[in-house]
Amino acid sequence: MNDVAIIGVGLHPFGRFGDKSAFEMGADAVELALTDAGLPWSDVQCAFGGAWEVAQTDPLTSLLGLSGIPFTNVFNACATAASSIAQAANAIRSGAFETAVAVGMDKHPRGSFKVDPTLMNMPTWYAENGQYVTTKFFGMKINKYMHDHGISSETLAKVAAKNYRNGSRNPNAFRRKPISEEEILASPMLNHPLTAYMFCAPDEGAAALVMCRADIAHRYTDTPIYVRAAEVRTRNYGAYEVNTSWAAIDEDVSPTVYASRAAYEKAGIGPEDVDVIQLQDTDAGAEVIHMAENGFCADGEQEKLVADGATEIGGPLPVNTDGGLIANGEPIGASGLRQIHELVLQLRGQAGERQVEGTPRVGYAQVYGAPGTAAATILSR
Amino acid sequence: MQKPIGDVFTWPDDDPKLIGSRCGDCAAATFPVQSRCPRCSGKNMAELLLPKRGTLVTWTTQGFPPMVPFAGDATGKSFEPFGVGLVQLEDVVKVEARLTESDPAKLRFGMDVELRIVPFYVDEQGDEIMTFAFAPEEST
Repeated sequence: MNDVAIIGVGLHPFGRFGDKSAFEMGADAVELALTDAGLPWSDVQCAFGGAWEVAQTDPLTSLLGLSGIPFTNVFNACATAASSIAQAANAIRSGAFETAVAVGMDKHPRGSFKVDPTLMNMPTWYAENGQYVTTKFFGMKINKYMHDHGISSETLAKVAAKNYRNGSRNPNAFRRKPISEEEILASPMLNHPLTAYMFCAPDEGAAALVMCRADIAHRYTDTPIYVRAAEVRTRNYGAYEVNTSWAAIDEDVSPTVYASRAAYEKAGIGPEDVDVIQLQDTDAGAEVIHMAENGFCADGEQEKLVADGATEIGGPLPVNTDGGLIANGEPIGASGLRQIHELVLQLRGQAGERQVEGTPRVGYAQVYGAPGTAAATILSR
Repeated sequence: MQKPIGDVFTWPDDDPKLIGSRCGDCAAATFPVQSRCPRCSGKNMAELLLPKRGTLVTWTTQGFPPMVPFAGDATGKSFEPFGVGLVQLEDVVKVEARLTESDPAKLRFGMDVELRIVPFYVDEQGDEIMTFAFAPEEST
Protein backbone atom coordinates (compact mmCIF):
# COMPACT_ATOMS: atom_id res chain seq x y z
CA MET A 1 0.00 0.00 0.00
CA ASN A 2 1.32 3.43 -0.93
CA ASP A 3 1.26 6.48 1.29
CA VAL A 4 -0.62 9.49 -0.07
CA ALA A 5 0.40 13.14 -0.02
CA ILE A 6 -1.56 16.31 -0.68
CA ILE A 7 0.60 18.54 -2.88
CA GLY A 8 -1.89 21.22 -3.88
CA VAL A 9 -5.02 22.89 -2.54
CA GLY A 10 -7.37 25.37 -4.15
CA LEU A 11 -10.56 27.07 -3.03
CA HIS A 12 -13.09 29.29 -4.76
CA PRO A 13 -14.54 31.60 -2.08
CA PHE A 14 -17.82 30.48 -0.46
CA GLY A 15 -20.82 32.81 -0.62
CA ARG A 16 -23.07 34.16 -3.38
CA PHE A 17 -21.65 34.76 -6.86
CA GLY A 18 -24.50 35.86 -9.14
CA ASP A 19 -24.56 34.10 -12.49
CA LYS A 20 -21.25 32.29 -12.06
CA SER A 21 -21.91 28.56 -12.53
CA ALA A 22 -20.88 25.73 -10.24
CA PHE A 23 -18.67 24.42 -13.06
CA GLU A 24 -16.82 27.75 -13.39
CA MET A 25 -16.22 27.79 -9.63
CA GLY A 26 -15.07 24.15 -9.71
CA ALA A 27 -12.66 24.83 -12.56
CA ASP A 28 -11.22 27.83 -10.67
CA ALA A 29 -10.66 25.67 -7.58
CA VAL A 30 -8.92 22.91 -9.58
CA GLU A 31 -6.75 25.46 -11.37
CA LEU A 32 -5.69 26.98 -8.03
CA ALA A 33 -4.87 23.53 -6.65
CA LEU A 34 -2.84 22.59 -9.76
CA THR A 35 -0.92 25.88 -9.62
CA ASP A 36 -0.26 25.28 -5.92
CA ALA A 37 1.07 21.79 -6.76
CA GLY A 38 3.00 22.86 -9.85
CA LEU A 39 1.33 20.01 -11.72
CA PRO A 40 -0.38 20.48 -15.10
CA TRP A 41 -3.88 19.04 -15.60
CA SER A 42 -2.41 16.79 -18.30
CA ASP A 43 -0.44 14.97 -15.56
CA VAL A 44 -3.54 14.25 -13.44
CA GLN A 45 -4.35 10.54 -13.82
CA CYS A 46 -7.79 10.33 -12.20
CA ALA A 47 -10.36 12.56 -10.54
CA PHE A 48 -13.27 12.31 -8.10
CA GLY A 49 -15.89 15.05 -8.01
CA GLY A 50 -18.90 15.76 -5.82
CA ALA A 51 -21.87 18.12 -6.08
CA TRP A 52 -25.60 18.15 -5.44
CA GLU A 53 -26.88 20.80 -7.77
CA VAL A 54 -25.35 19.48 -11.01
CA ALA A 55 -26.07 16.16 -12.69
CA GLN A 56 -22.40 15.17 -12.96
CA THR A 57 -19.09 16.82 -12.15
CA ASP A 58 -17.03 15.41 -15.04
CA PRO A 59 -18.21 18.09 -17.51
CA LEU A 60 -15.48 20.04 -15.67
CA THR A 61 -13.06 18.34 -18.06
CA SER A 62 -14.38 20.48 -20.92
CA LEU A 63 -13.03 23.50 -18.98
CA LEU A 64 -9.87 21.86 -17.60
CA GLY A 65 -8.85 19.77 -20.61
CA LEU A 66 -10.46 16.75 -22.28
CA SER A 67 -7.68 14.41 -21.24
CA GLY A 68 -9.72 11.20 -21.16
CA ILE A 69 -9.00 10.30 -17.52
CA PRO A 70 -11.42 8.33 -15.35
CA PHE A 71 -13.52 10.98 -13.54
CA THR A 72 -15.88 9.49 -10.96
CA ASN A 73 -18.85 11.28 -9.49
CA VAL A 74 -19.32 10.96 -5.75
CA PHE A 75 -22.37 11.86 -3.71
CA ASN A 76 -22.81 11.25 0.02
CA ALA A 77 -24.84 14.32 1.07
CA CYS A 78 -22.86 16.41 3.60
CA ALA A 79 -20.12 13.75 3.57
CA THR A 80 -19.67 14.07 -0.21
CA ALA A 81 -16.35 15.91 -0.25
CA ALA A 82 -14.80 13.68 2.40
CA SER A 83 -15.92 10.68 0.35
CA SER A 84 -14.26 12.15 -2.77
CA ILE A 85 -11.05 12.56 -0.79
CA ALA A 86 -11.26 8.98 0.52
CA GLN A 87 -11.80 7.64 -3.01
CA ALA A 88 -8.93 9.68 -4.46
CA ALA A 89 -6.62 8.63 -1.63
CA ASN A 90 -7.56 4.97 -2.12
CA ALA A 91 -6.93 5.23 -5.86
CA ILE A 92 -3.35 6.21 -5.10
CA ARG A 93 -2.93 3.93 -2.08
CA SER A 94 -3.86 0.91 -4.21
CA GLY A 95 -1.12 1.66 -6.72
CA ALA A 96 -3.54 2.11 -9.61
CA PHE A 97 -2.66 5.81 -10.05
CA GLU A 98 0.19 8.16 -9.13
CA THR A 99 -1.80 11.40 -9.11
CA ALA A 100 -5.42 12.28 -8.39
CA VAL A 101 -7.67 15.30 -8.02
CA ALA A 102 -10.61 15.56 -5.61
CA VAL A 103 -12.97 18.41 -6.36
CA GLY A 104 -16.32 19.57 -5.04
CA MET A 105 -18.59 22.43 -6.02
CA ASP A 106 -22.14 23.54 -5.52
CA LYS A 107 -24.51 26.43 -6.13
CA HIS A 108 -27.50 26.04 -3.84
CA PRO A 109 -30.61 28.19 -3.99
CA ARG A 110 -31.31 30.25 -0.86
CA GLY A 111 -33.00 28.65 2.14
CA SER A 112 -33.05 25.11 3.39
CA PHE A 113 -32.31 22.26 1.01
CA LYS A 114 -34.94 21.05 -1.49
CA VAL A 115 -36.82 18.02 -0.32
CA ASP A 116 -38.31 15.00 -2.09
CA PRO A 117 -38.41 12.30 0.57
CA THR A 118 -38.77 9.43 -1.92
CA LEU A 119 -35.26 10.25 -3.17
CA MET A 120 -34.05 9.20 0.29
CA ASN A 121 -36.33 6.16 0.54
CA MET A 122 -38.68 7.97 2.91
CA PRO A 123 -42.48 8.04 2.46
CA THR A 124 -44.18 11.14 1.08
CA TRP A 125 -46.26 11.59 4.24
CA TYR A 126 -43.04 12.12 6.20
CA ALA A 127 -42.46 15.38 4.32
CA GLU A 128 -46.15 16.35 4.09
CA ASN A 129 -46.25 16.02 7.87
CA GLY A 130 -43.39 18.53 8.22
CA GLN A 131 -40.82 16.03 9.49
CA TYR A 132 -38.48 15.95 6.47
CA VAL A 133 -36.41 18.81 7.87
CA THR A 134 -32.77 18.16 8.69
CA THR A 135 -32.53 21.06 11.14
CA LYS A 136 -35.17 19.61 13.45
CA PHE A 137 -33.07 16.49 13.90
CA PHE A 138 -30.16 18.66 15.03
CA GLY A 139 -32.48 20.48 17.43
CA MET A 140 -33.66 17.18 18.93
CA LYS A 141 -30.12 15.81 19.25
CA ILE A 142 -28.59 18.83 20.97
CA ASN A 143 -31.67 19.37 23.16
CA LYS A 144 -31.25 15.92 24.68
CA TYR A 145 -27.46 16.26 24.81
CA MET A 146 -27.75 19.54 26.75
CA HIS A 147 -30.21 17.92 29.15
CA ASP A 148 -28.06 14.83 29.67
CA HIS A 149 -24.67 16.55 29.91
CA GLY A 150 -25.31 20.02 31.32
CA ILE A 151 -24.57 22.16 28.26
CA SER A 152 -26.12 25.66 28.23
CA SER A 153 -27.56 27.78 25.41
CA GLU A 154 -24.82 30.31 26.21
CA THR A 155 -22.24 27.69 25.19
CA LEU A 156 -24.00 27.23 21.84
CA ALA A 157 -23.91 31.02 21.36
CA LYS A 158 -20.19 31.11 22.25
CA VAL A 159 -19.46 28.42 19.64
CA ALA A 160 -21.34 30.29 16.91
CA ALA A 161 -19.73 33.62 17.88
CA LYS A 162 -16.28 32.00 17.75
CA ASN A 163 -16.94 30.68 14.24
CA TYR A 164 -18.19 34.06 12.96
CA ARG A 165 -15.11 35.66 14.55
CA ASN A 166 -12.82 33.13 12.82
CA GLY A 167 -14.70 33.78 9.58
CA SER A 168 -13.93 37.47 9.88
CA ARG A 169 -10.24 36.51 9.60
CA ASN A 170 -10.86 34.39 6.49
CA PRO A 171 -11.02 36.26 3.15
CA ASN A 172 -12.78 33.27 1.53
CA ALA A 173 -15.62 33.06 4.10
CA PHE A 174 -19.29 33.80 3.40
CA ARG A 175 -19.98 35.50 6.76
CA ARG A 176 -17.15 37.88 7.62
CA LYS A 177 -18.77 39.97 10.35
CA PRO A 178 -18.48 39.02 14.01
CA ILE A 179 -21.88 38.49 15.67
CA SER A 180 -22.26 38.83 19.44
CA GLU A 181 -23.51 36.05 21.68
CA GLU A 182 -26.48 38.25 22.62
CA GLU A 183 -27.50 38.69 18.97
CA ILE A 184 -27.10 34.96 18.34
CA LEU A 185 -29.34 34.08 21.30
CA ALA A 186 -31.89 36.74 20.30
CA SER A 187 -32.20 35.62 16.65
CA PRO A 188 -35.39 33.71 15.71
CA MET A 189 -35.78 30.26 17.26
CA LEU A 190 -35.75 27.81 14.34
CA ASN A 191 -35.64 24.47 16.16
CA HIS A 192 -35.50 24.74 19.93
CA PRO A 193 -32.86 25.31 21.35
CA LEU A 194 -31.19 26.35 18.08
CA THR A 195 -31.61 29.93 16.83
CA ALA A 196 -31.13 31.18 13.27
CA TYR A 197 -27.58 32.48 13.86
CA MET A 198 -26.53 29.12 15.31
CA PHE A 199 -27.08 27.44 11.91
CA CYS A 200 -25.04 27.38 8.72
CA ALA A 201 -26.76 28.17 5.42
CA PRO A 202 -26.52 26.53 2.00
CA ASP A 203 -24.50 28.73 -0.39
CA GLU A 204 -22.07 28.50 -3.31
CA GLY A 205 -18.41 27.63 -3.70
CA ALA A 206 -15.83 25.06 -4.73
CA ALA A 207 -12.64 23.46 -3.43
CA ALA A 208 -10.09 21.00 -4.78
CA LEU A 209 -7.04 18.98 -3.77
CA VAL A 210 -4.20 17.48 -5.79
CA MET A 211 -2.77 14.29 -4.32
CA CYS A 212 0.06 12.02 -5.35
CA ARG A 213 1.95 8.96 -4.21
CA ALA A 214 3.98 10.07 -1.20
CA ASP A 215 7.33 8.90 -2.60
CA ILE A 216 7.10 11.35 -5.51
CA ALA A 217 5.64 14.29 -3.54
CA HIS A 218 9.00 16.05 -3.22
CA ARG A 219 9.05 16.55 -7.00
CA TYR A 220 6.25 19.05 -6.47
CA THR A 221 6.54 20.53 -3.00
CA ASP A 222 8.81 20.95 0.02
CA THR A 223 5.81 20.65 2.34
CA PRO A 224 3.77 17.58 1.42
CA ILE A 225 0.87 16.94 3.79
CA TYR A 226 0.19 13.24 4.26
CA VAL A 227 -3.29 11.67 4.29
CA ARG A 228 -2.95 9.36 7.28
CA ALA A 229 -6.56 8.16 7.23
CA ALA A 230 -9.83 8.91 5.41
CA GLU A 231 -12.69 6.79 6.72
CA VAL A 232 -16.39 6.91 5.80
CA ARG A 233 -19.13 5.18 7.81
CA THR A 234 -22.93 4.92 7.66
CA ARG A 235 -25.51 4.21 10.39
CA ASN A 236 -25.47 1.13 12.56
CA TYR A 237 -28.67 -0.43 13.82
CA GLY A 238 -29.59 1.47 16.97
CA ALA A 239 -28.44 4.92 15.88
CA TYR A 240 -31.07 7.68 15.61
CA GLU A 241 -30.01 9.88 12.70
CA VAL A 242 -31.29 12.50 10.23
CA ASN A 243 -34.41 11.73 8.19
CA THR A 244 -35.78 8.69 9.88
CA SER A 245 -39.24 7.97 11.25
CA TRP A 246 -38.10 5.42 13.84
CA ALA A 247 -35.20 4.21 15.95
CA ALA A 248 -34.46 0.93 17.70
CA ILE A 249 -34.83 0.55 21.46
CA ASP A 250 -31.23 -0.66 21.71
CA GLU A 251 -29.09 2.44 21.21
CA ASP A 252 -25.84 2.65 19.32
CA VAL A 253 -23.47 5.57 18.82
CA SER A 254 -23.50 7.75 15.72
CA PRO A 255 -21.56 6.92 12.53
CA THR A 256 -19.15 9.75 13.39
CA VAL A 257 -17.88 7.71 16.35
CA TYR A 258 -17.22 4.69 14.13
CA ALA A 259 -15.51 6.77 11.41
CA SER A 260 -13.42 8.56 14.02
CA ARG A 261 -12.25 5.38 15.79
CA ALA A 262 -11.38 3.78 12.45
CA ALA A 263 -9.42 6.84 11.36
CA TYR A 264 -7.39 7.00 14.58
CA GLU A 265 -6.63 3.30 14.30
CA LYS A 266 -5.55 3.52 10.64
CA ALA A 267 -3.41 6.58 11.32
CA GLY A 268 -1.87 5.26 14.52
CA ILE A 269 -2.67 8.69 15.94
CA GLY A 270 -4.88 9.57 18.90
CA PRO A 271 -7.01 12.64 19.60
CA GLU A 272 -4.33 13.86 22.03
CA ASP A 273 -1.91 14.15 19.08
CA VAL A 274 -4.19 16.43 17.03
CA ASP A 275 -3.16 20.10 16.83
CA VAL A 276 -5.91 21.63 14.66
CA ILE A 277 -9.48 20.43 14.21
CA GLN A 278 -12.31 20.84 11.68
CA LEU A 279 -15.75 19.60 12.77
CA GLN A 280 -19.14 19.55 11.02
CA ASP A 281 -20.88 22.57 12.54
CA THR A 282 -24.16 22.38 10.68
CA ASP A 283 -25.22 24.15 13.85
CA ALA A 284 -23.40 25.23 17.00
CA GLY A 285 -24.79 22.23 18.88
CA ALA A 286 -23.32 19.83 16.33
CA GLU A 287 -19.85 21.26 16.94
CA VAL A 288 -20.30 20.73 20.69
CA ILE A 289 -21.44 17.11 20.25
CA HIS A 290 -18.80 16.35 17.62
CA MET A 291 -16.02 17.44 20.01
CA ALA A 292 -16.91 14.44 22.15
CA GLU A 293 -17.88 12.06 19.32
CA ASN A 294 -14.41 12.56 17.81
CA GLY A 295 -12.61 11.93 21.07
CA PHE A 296 -11.47 15.46 21.93
CA CYS A 297 -13.27 15.57 25.28
CA ALA A 298 -15.71 13.64 27.44
CA ASP A 299 -19.45 14.34 27.19
CA GLY A 300 -20.22 17.50 29.17
CA GLU A 301 -16.67 18.85 29.31
CA GLN A 302 -17.50 21.21 26.42
CA GLU A 303 -19.26 23.62 28.79
CA LYS A 304 -16.00 24.48 30.56
CA LEU A 305 -13.72 24.05 27.52
CA VAL A 306 -15.74 26.55 25.48
CA ALA A 307 -16.01 28.99 28.43
CA ASP A 308 -12.22 28.79 28.84
CA GLY A 309 -11.64 29.49 25.14
CA ALA A 310 -10.05 26.08 24.51
CA THR A 311 -11.51 25.86 20.99
CA GLU A 312 -10.36 29.34 19.93
CA ILE A 313 -7.47 29.68 17.45
CA GLY A 314 -5.15 30.41 20.40
CA GLY A 315 -6.52 27.59 22.57
CA PRO A 316 -5.26 24.04 23.03
CA LEU A 317 -8.10 22.55 20.88
CA PRO A 318 -8.57 24.97 17.98
CA VAL A 319 -11.82 24.03 16.19
CA ASN A 320 -12.99 25.42 12.85
CA THR A 321 -10.21 27.97 12.50
CA ASP A 322 -11.59 29.19 9.15
CA GLY A 323 -15.07 29.77 10.59
CA GLY A 324 -16.45 26.30 9.82
CA LEU A 325 -19.79 25.84 8.13
CA ILE A 326 -21.35 28.56 10.27
CA ALA A 327 -19.18 31.28 8.69
CA ASN A 328 -18.57 29.63 5.31
CA GLY A 329 -22.00 28.17 4.57
CA GLU A 330 -22.32 24.76 3.01
CA PRO A 331 -21.93 24.12 -0.70
CA ILE A 332 -22.37 20.42 -0.07
CA GLY A 333 -19.96 19.05 -2.68
CA ALA A 334 -17.17 21.37 -1.53
CA SER A 335 -17.63 21.66 2.23
CA GLY A 336 -15.40 18.79 3.36
CA LEU A 337 -12.71 19.89 0.89
CA ARG A 338 -12.79 23.36 2.45
CA GLN A 339 -12.00 21.69 5.78
CA ILE A 340 -8.96 19.96 4.25
CA HIS A 341 -7.89 23.17 2.47
CA GLU A 342 -7.79 24.92 5.85
CA LEU A 343 -5.93 22.06 7.56
CA VAL A 344 -3.30 21.99 4.81
CA LEU A 345 -2.75 25.76 5.14
CA GLN A 346 -2.47 25.37 8.93
CA LEU A 347 0.00 22.47 8.71
CA ARG A 348 2.09 24.36 6.16
CA GLY A 349 2.06 27.48 8.37
CA GLN A 350 0.28 29.47 5.64
CA ALA A 351 -2.99 30.33 7.42
CA GLY A 352 -2.11 34.00 7.89
CA GLU A 353 -4.25 35.78 10.49
CA ARG A 354 -5.77 32.44 11.47
CA GLN A 355 -2.52 30.55 11.93
CA VAL A 356 -2.42 28.27 14.96
CA GLU A 357 0.88 28.91 16.74
CA GLY A 358 3.57 26.32 17.31
CA THR A 359 3.56 24.85 13.78
CA PRO A 360 0.74 22.30 14.08
CA ARG A 361 1.74 18.83 12.94
CA VAL A 362 -1.54 16.87 12.88
CA GLY A 363 -4.91 17.99 11.52
CA TYR A 364 -8.29 16.29 11.87
CA ALA A 365 -11.50 16.81 9.88
CA GLN A 366 -14.98 15.34 10.36
CA VAL A 367 -18.19 15.65 8.36
CA TYR A 368 -21.67 14.35 9.07
CA GLY A 369 -24.78 14.36 6.93
CA ALA A 370 -28.07 12.74 6.01
CA PRO A 371 -29.20 10.06 6.45
CA GLY A 372 -26.40 9.31 8.91
CA THR A 373 -23.17 9.29 6.90
CA ALA A 374 -19.95 10.47 8.50
CA ALA A 375 -16.30 10.71 7.59
CA ALA A 376 -13.10 11.39 9.50
CA THR A 377 -9.85 12.43 7.82
CA ILE A 378 -6.47 12.74 9.51
CA LEU A 379 -3.55 14.65 7.98
CA SER A 380 0.00 15.19 9.17
CA ARG A 381 3.14 16.93 8.06
CA MET B 1 -64.75 13.64 4.67
CA GLN B 2 -61.76 12.79 6.87
CA LYS B 3 -58.81 10.95 5.30
CA PRO B 4 -55.51 9.69 6.78
CA ILE B 5 -52.26 11.37 5.65
CA GLY B 6 -50.85 7.99 4.69
CA ASP B 7 -51.19 4.28 5.26
CA VAL B 8 -49.53 4.55 8.67
CA PHE B 9 -52.33 4.22 11.23
CA THR B 10 -55.49 2.14 11.41
CA TRP B 11 -58.35 4.28 10.02
CA PRO B 12 -61.24 4.57 10.38
CA ASP B 13 -60.99 3.08 13.84
CA ASP B 14 -62.43 3.98 17.24
CA ASP B 15 -59.05 3.14 18.73
CA PRO B 16 -56.48 3.96 15.99
CA LYS B 17 -52.92 2.67 16.27
CA LEU B 18 -49.72 3.24 14.32
CA ILE B 19 -48.88 0.41 11.91
CA GLY B 20 -45.30 -0.79 12.14
CA SER B 21 -43.63 -4.06 11.34
CA ARG B 22 -41.61 -6.67 13.21
CA CYS B 23 -39.03 -9.18 12.05
CA GLY B 24 -40.14 -12.79 12.61
CA ASP B 25 -36.52 -13.86 12.96
CA CYS B 26 -34.84 -11.26 15.21
CA ALA B 27 -37.86 -9.25 16.50
CA ALA B 28 -36.53 -5.88 15.31
CA ALA B 29 -39.43 -3.43 14.90
CA THR B 30 -39.81 -0.53 12.45
CA PHE B 31 -42.19 2.31 11.73
CA PRO B 32 -43.71 2.39 9.18
CA VAL B 33 -43.88 -1.10 7.67
CA GLN B 34 -40.87 -2.21 5.68
CA SER B 35 -40.22 -5.37 3.71
CA ARG B 36 -36.73 -6.27 4.92
CA CYS B 37 -35.22 -6.32 8.38
CA PRO B 38 -32.81 -3.46 9.18
CA ARG B 39 -30.98 -5.62 11.74
CA CYS B 40 -30.69 -9.19 10.41
CA SER B 41 -31.36 -8.48 6.68
CA GLY B 42 -34.12 -11.10 6.60
CA LYS B 43 -37.37 -10.83 4.63
CA ASN B 44 -39.65 -12.17 7.34
CA MET B 45 -41.34 -8.88 8.34
CA ALA B 46 -44.95 -8.88 9.54
CA GLU B 47 -47.29 -6.01 10.33
CA LEU B 48 -47.36 -4.92 13.97
CA LEU B 49 -49.78 -2.48 15.62
CA LEU B 50 -47.70 -0.27 17.91
CA PRO B 51 -48.47 0.64 21.53
CA LYS B 52 -50.32 3.96 21.88
CA ARG B 53 -48.52 5.19 24.96
CA GLY B 54 -44.90 6.04 25.37
CA THR B 55 -42.32 8.39 26.83
CA LEU B 56 -40.73 11.43 25.25
CA VAL B 57 -37.05 10.66 24.58
CA THR B 58 -36.23 14.03 23.04
CA TRP B 59 -38.03 16.90 21.35
CA THR B 60 -37.69 20.18 19.50
CA THR B 61 -39.92 22.77 17.89
CA GLN B 62 -40.37 23.40 14.18
CA GLY B 63 -40.29 27.19 14.14
CA PHE B 64 -40.35 27.81 10.37
CA PRO B 65 -42.48 26.36 7.56
CA PRO B 66 -40.84 23.28 5.99
CA MET B 67 -40.43 23.36 2.21
CA VAL B 68 -42.90 21.73 -0.19
CA PRO B 69 -44.07 18.92 -0.17
CA PHE B 70 -44.95 20.04 3.40
CA ALA B 71 -48.76 19.89 3.33
CA GLY B 72 -49.34 22.65 5.85
CA ASP B 73 -48.90 26.32 5.02
CA ALA B 74 -45.46 26.43 3.38
CA THR B 75 -45.83 30.14 2.55
CA GLY B 76 -45.68 30.98 6.22
CA LYS B 77 -48.75 33.24 6.34
CA SER B 78 -50.77 31.01 8.65
CA PHE B 79 -47.93 28.72 9.74
CA GLU B 80 -48.04 27.73 13.38
CA PRO B 81 -44.86 26.29 14.94
CA PHE B 82 -45.31 22.69 16.05
CA GLY B 83 -43.47 20.29 18.31
CA VAL B 84 -41.59 17.22 17.09
CA GLY B 85 -40.43 14.40 19.31
CA LEU B 86 -38.87 10.96 19.48
CA VAL B 87 -41.23 8.75 21.46
CA GLN B 88 -40.31 5.39 22.96
CA LEU B 89 -43.33 3.06 22.70
CA GLU B 90 -42.86 0.62 25.57
CA ASP B 91 -39.96 -1.67 24.67
CA VAL B 92 -41.05 -2.05 21.03
CA VAL B 93 -39.65 0.86 18.98
CA LYS B 94 -39.04 4.61 19.04
CA VAL B 95 -41.14 6.70 16.67
CA GLU B 96 -40.43 10.21 15.42
CA ALA B 97 -43.65 12.21 15.31
CA ARG B 98 -45.33 15.57 15.64
CA LEU B 99 -46.36 16.62 19.14
CA THR B 100 -49.63 18.37 19.93
CA GLU B 101 -47.67 20.67 22.25
CA SER B 102 -45.13 23.19 20.93
CA ASP B 103 -44.43 25.22 24.08
CA PRO B 104 -40.96 24.28 25.38
CA ALA B 105 -42.14 25.13 28.90
CA LYS B 106 -44.71 22.33 28.70
CA LEU B 107 -42.44 19.62 27.28
CA ARG B 108 -40.25 17.47 29.53
CA PHE B 109 -37.75 14.72 28.83
CA GLY B 110 -39.24 11.38 29.80
CA MET B 111 -42.82 12.66 30.08
CA ASP B 112 -45.68 10.28 29.29
CA VAL B 113 -47.31 10.85 25.91
CA GLU B 114 -50.17 9.23 24.07
CA LEU B 115 -51.11 8.82 20.39
CA ARG B 116 -53.73 11.16 18.94
CA ILE B 117 -55.18 11.33 15.43
CA VAL B 118 -55.64 15.03 14.75
CA PRO B 119 -56.94 17.22 11.88
CA PHE B 120 -53.99 18.59 9.85
CA TYR B 121 -55.22 20.43 6.73
CA VAL B 122 -58.04 20.52 4.18
CA ASP B 123 -57.00 19.34 0.72
CA GLU B 124 -58.12 20.64 -2.71
CA GLN B 125 -61.11 18.26 -2.74
CA GLY B 126 -62.30 19.68 0.59
CA ASP B 127 -61.36 16.55 2.52
CA GLU B 128 -59.92 16.95 5.99
CA ILE B 129 -56.55 15.20 6.16
CA MET B 130 -55.86 13.56 9.52
CA THR B 131 -52.38 12.99 10.88
CA PHE B 132 -50.87 11.38 13.95
CA ALA B 133 -49.26 13.20 16.85
CA PHE B 134 -48.36 12.49 20.44
CA ALA B 135 -49.98 14.46 23.26
CA PRO B 136 -48.72 14.90 26.82
CA GLU B 137 -50.94 12.68 28.96
CA GLU B 138 -51.53 15.51 31.44
CA SER B 139 -53.36 17.51 28.77
CA THR B 140 -55.99 14.87 28.02
